[in-house]
Order: sequence, then structure tokens, then C-alpha cells
Amino acid sequence: MSQDTATAAAVNIDQDAGDFRFPEDYAYDAGTGLSEKTVEYISGVKNEEKWILDFRKKALKIFEGKPLPTHWASKDLENIIFNDIRYYLAKGQQPTRSWDEVPDDVKETFERLGIPEKERKFLAGVEAQFDSEAAYSNVKVELEKEGVIFVNSTEGLREHPEIFRKWFGKVIPTGDNKYSALNSAVFSGGSFIYVPPGVKVKHPLQAYFRINAENFGQFERTLIIVDEGAEVTYMEGCTAPKFETATLHSAVVELVAMPHAKIQYITVQNWSANVFNLVTKRAVAYENAEVRWIDCNIGSRLTMKYPGVVMKGRKARGEVISIALANDGQHQDTGAKMVHAADETTSNVISKSISVGTGRSTYRGMVHIPKHLKGCRNNTECDALLINSNSRTDTYPAITVKGNQHVTQHEASVSQVSEEQIFYMKQRGLNEAEAMSLSVNGFVNDLVREFPMEYSVELKRLIDLEMENSVG
Amino acid sequence: MSQVLSISNLKADVAGQEILKGLTLEVPQGEVHAIMGPNGSGKSTLAKVLAGHGDYEVTGGEVSMNGEDLLGMEIDERSRAGFFLAFQYPLEIPGVSIANFIRAARQARLGKGDELDAVAFYKEMYGKMDELKIDRSFTGRSVNEGFSGGEKKRLEILQMMMLEPKYAVLDETDSGLDIDALKIVADGVNAMRSPERGFLVITHYQRLLDYIVPDVVHVLYQGEIIKTGGKELALELEEKGYDWVIKEFEDQQVAVDV
Repeated sequence: MSQDTATAAAVNIDQDAGDFRFPEDYAYDAGTGLSEKTVEYISGVKNEEKWILDFRKKALKIFEGKPLPTHWASKDLENIIFNDIRYYLAKGQQPTRSWDEVPDDVKETFERLGIPEKERKFLAGVEAQFDSEAAYSNVKVELEKEGVIFVNSTEGLREHPEIFRKWFGKVIPTGDNKYSALNSAVFSGGSFIYVPPGVKVKHPLQAYFRINAENFGQFERTLIIVDEGAEVTYMEGCTAPKFETATLHSAVVELVAMPHAKIQYITVQNWSANVFNLVTKRAVAYENAEVRWIDCNIGSRLTMKYPGVVMKGRKARGEVISIALANDGQHQDTGAKMVHAADETTSNVISKSISVGTGRSTYRGMVHIPKHLKGCRNNTECDALLINSNSRTDTYPAITVKGNQHVTQHEASVSQVSEEQIFYMKQRGLNEAEAMSLSVNGFVNDLVREFPMEYSVELKRLIDLEMENSVG
Repeated sequence: MSQVLSISNLKADVAGQEILKGLTLEVPQGEVHAIMGPNGSGKSTLAKVLAGHGDYEVTGGEVSMNGEDLLGMEIDERSRAGFFLAFQYPLEIPGVSIANFIRAARQARLGKGDELDAVAFYKEMYGKMDELKIDRSFTGRSVNEGFSGGEKKRLEILQMMMLEPKYAVLDETDSGLDIDALKIVADGVNAMRSPERGFLVITHYQRLLDYIVPDVVHVLYQGEIIKTGGKELALELEEKGYDWVIKEFEDQQVAVDV
């Protein structure tokens, strides 16, 4: 079916769609809709071992059996028509280690997004995924010599099953939620990283996820294992062109921080306004390990994402720093999950959300400290900024602390950019968009300082663009 | 083209109530004019109407700045065209540093694609901060957040110096200032006086005018200029209050009505 479907899809493409994108030209296409056949097709293309296919099939059953979580989450989830989505699109070639060998349209896409330039400037490794599969994957030779593995997950499963299989699906079980089950059934792409004991990767590793095709679902699966005393910073960026119809992005990201390890996971996503972004991210941190999620959510139609840390070892630390910007018609439903499962564990959640126009921000936080533990600490701060009176913001903190040997602190604030502030800024010569942009950047300023410089610049640019669009 | 800020028969409402009732005055470039008047006479309304605040509706009259129609411009266009208002109550902008704020305002005056020279900008700003005795560490502080009254007013003057307007309106810049801060602010304004710039200084008290000596003094009462004179008029008002001017004006009105 592959060749014919690919051709048909290429003919039907809507060339008038906004932004930039390239005509579809795929060697492998799982077609529209989801069934056991789809799963078999994906597994077959990847030439997977039987246990993986079985894993996928079981996940599909779980997905089919689970209701939509609309009893607590947005009803908008009902608008995802799973049978209208294409679950696998690939050009059928292995990711290359040289940009020169990447197909022209894909290469141009990533060049326009500035990826090769960033790689030259400050990255230790890059993986670039185009729809379902990685097109480019490279890690600096020095790191490779130290035993650092940075490949796409398809290759990780094939080449490093002994590490992969041990942790795969362990941090986030298939049945964790409906969308993690969906991902487990049809996953493709994503990063697999292993950092050996004691290796401290100085420069960030970066993955870039790009959706090019309409009605497409991107289901990358990332697994990062950082061994004892090792350190890594991983960054992911995501974009898609503006489509007429809904696109689904549903990733699963599992992190494992062994004793004394440190992981910093940074996301800057800028999905177009038709993307449903339903992502499950969780880490497990062993003794004295530290995991930080730095999460910037800009764009998308609906984002649901609550990065979590399960602190399993004594003195483990978990942190979520998140910035969400909900523009007109968008809903950012984000937060954090902190599960304290050992003594003297510490968690910190700082969330800042901005709602513009009819944009809506929701914070959901779960902090769990059981009774039998001692000396756990949690700090949660969530601040919301409203720009104009239609905006909506909700906070649902769920902090369960049992026992009396813990310290928790929760602060929340809502503020508004007033007409008078905008007037003041305009009187100095800034137009409406510039004034709003400045206020928003000011609001998130203290968090942005946590970012590597290159990313804080990018985030500022994205905020400027969003504000320009919101003024129209 | 006439190099003048010309306000002609200006009428403006706030919440349906007429505050400015046909105000006329002209500030030529190179001059400093003061507007004095009792509380509620419309002084601050005039400042906000000139800047284009949305709460005020202009119902009549014209304002032109060096021949350009000021009232036809957006708030930010007025600023970029060279109109500056030093606020009576400057606003706080949390998280936005003074340096970034002024830089954004300067950047907004450049053409598309032109980048501000950051090194030259900081050098210039530090020089002006020194003149105004603002500690250089202030550049990193959020605009007006946690500032004393005097600090806020000095920051207004710093912004004015950095934006080099053609016409500046100072709205009760002296309120809340002790004498030392007043002198510093006045020195800043005096340093800005030039043949290419006009000032409209709105004040309730004569005190400020000891330091910023005006060329012309206007008295605003019930939304109109009822008397115009030289700098000695301010001293006379300080000494005798407003009643005599108001009476003089009312007598004139009666004469006209008859």
C-alpha cells in the first residue's frame, strides 16, 4: 500500500496552507486510522523484534479500553478523531550523520529553523526528527569515545536492547493514561540517551521534532538514562506549520537518574494552533540525584502536560519550572507531579502562565508525600498573568502531605497587565504588541534566567511573535 | 512649518463630563511654559489628552505639533513623533529592567532591521544617570517597582533625556519631591532646554518654577486658560492665591455677556 498511498497523499496536499512546508513524499505511510494492522505495519517497517510488537499490541488494547479523561480534563479532547489521523510517515532512510546527506526539503526545513547553525555553535549532539523518523543524528566524537549514546529510539531499541529494554516503559507504564497507551502502541522516533557513570556532558544534547504532514500524529518516545554521578542537559524543540485540520502530538518521555546523577530536560515548543499536544513526561531519581524539567509551552490548540519526578532515593531532588503562554483560542493545561518516595527528598515547582485574549491557562499540580517518610520538602509557586479581561486561568493544586515531619509551601498569584501600564509603555513609543511582549517577558524574566542563553533569546523571540499575532 | 505645539479650542470629556472647555495655548520650540491652577481645573486631564489616554474623549478643537495633527495619531505614534509626558504617577512594570525598557523605547524609534548599538546606548545612559544622581545599579531594577517618589520622578526625567522629545509635558513632577530631589530634577530639565525643544510644566506650586524658570505662565481654571503672563505671574499667584485671577476672569465674562 505504501507507494500508492504516498502518491495519493502528495496529490491531495493543500498547497495554500500557511507557513512553510514541503509537499509530502513518503516511502512509508501507515495510512489513515488506527487498528492492529497499523501497529503491525509500523513494527514491520522497523523490522522489530517480536517482544516489541507484542508490547505495541497490548498497548493498543489498553488504549482502546480506556475512556477519554474528560471527567477532569477539557472536553476538547473529544474533537480528536483517531480514525482520521495518519500514524506513521517516513521517507524510508536511515538518519545520517551529515547534513549533506539529508534530503533537500528536510534539510531546508531544519536550516530555516536554525538547527545546523546551533549545532555548530553550542551543542554536543543533535537529533532532528521529521514526522515519524529521525533524518539526522549526530553526537560529538569525544562524547562517543566516553561511551555516551545519543541515537533515535528506533536505533536505540535495535542496537542497545540490553539497556533500553531494562527501562523502557518502567517509568511510565503503558496504562498510565490513554495517551501514553496510544504512544506505546504506535511510537516512532524520539531520543535514546545513555550517559555512562561519572561522565559529565558539558554542552547540551538537542533533539528537534518537526511535523510536516497534515492529519498526522507524531508519537516520539524518549528514554534517557544517566548513570551514577553522570550529568546531561537535553533540549527539545518542536514546531509544525499551520494546518487546516487538527494534528496530534503525543510523546512519552522517560528519564532515569541513577544515584548522584543530574538531568536537566529543557523543552521549548512552539506548536501551531491546531496541534493537540498530549505528552507524558516522568523521571525517576535515585539517591541524591537531581532532575529538572524546564518546560516552555507556546502555541498548540490544547496542551496537557504534567512533567513528574518520582524521588526514589534518599535526598533526591525534583524540579519543574514551567512557562505556558495561552493565546487566543488556546488552552495550556500544564503542571507538575512530584512523588516523594524516600526520606529527605526535595521538590520545587515554579509555574508561570500567561493568558491572552480568549486563551486559557490551567495549572494542575500533584505533590505526594506519604506518612512513613521523614524530612521531605516541597515548594510550589504558581503565578498567572492575564492580558485582557476575556482570559481565564485556573489553579488546581493537589498537595497530599501525610505525617508531620515535612515542610511544604504553596504560593499562588494572579496579576493583570493593566490598561494604565500599557498606556505608560505606549507613551514611550512602544506599540501594543511591543508593550505586551515586554510585560510578558518581564513576568517570566526570573525563570528565563535559568535557561542557557541561546534558549532564552529564542524564547523571547517566540513571545514577541505571539504578541504580534495576538494584536493582529 | 511653524515650530510650535499648538492647542486650539480643545474640548474633552471624561465619563461624559466636560473637563476641558475650549483650551487654547501655544508653546513654541525653545520656550518653557508653566500651567498653574487650582485643584480640579483640568491640568492632568490636559496632559493625558495630549498623550492620547483612552479614558478621555476629545469633543472639539485641534492640537498640532510642528504642524502635524497630534490628535490623529496613536499614543505610541505621538511619542515617536516627539511628544513626551512625564507622569504624575509613573507605573510599575514588574520584571522589566530600566535598561530594557528604555532600550525598547529607543529601538522602537529605529527603522525595521536597524539594531541599537548596545555599547553606545549604555554609555549614554550611564552618563545621564550620573547627571541625575541615579545609581548605575538601577539599570537592572524593574521599572518603578519599589521606588520612592523621588526615584520615580528622576526616572521619568532620565527617560525624557534618553528619548529627546521635541515637546515634553511634565505633569506635577514636583509632587512628592524633597528639595534636593527637586533641584536634581530641575537641573535635568534645564540641561534639556534647547531652541529645538518646548516644555509645558504643569504644577500646583510656584516652588518648582524657582528652579525651572518659565518663559510664560498660564492659569488654568475650569478647563480654560484664564490668564497668561510672564514668570512673575507665578510669584503673584504664590503670594495672593488664585481668587483674584478668577474674579478678574469672571468680571470679564460678565462684561462680554452684557
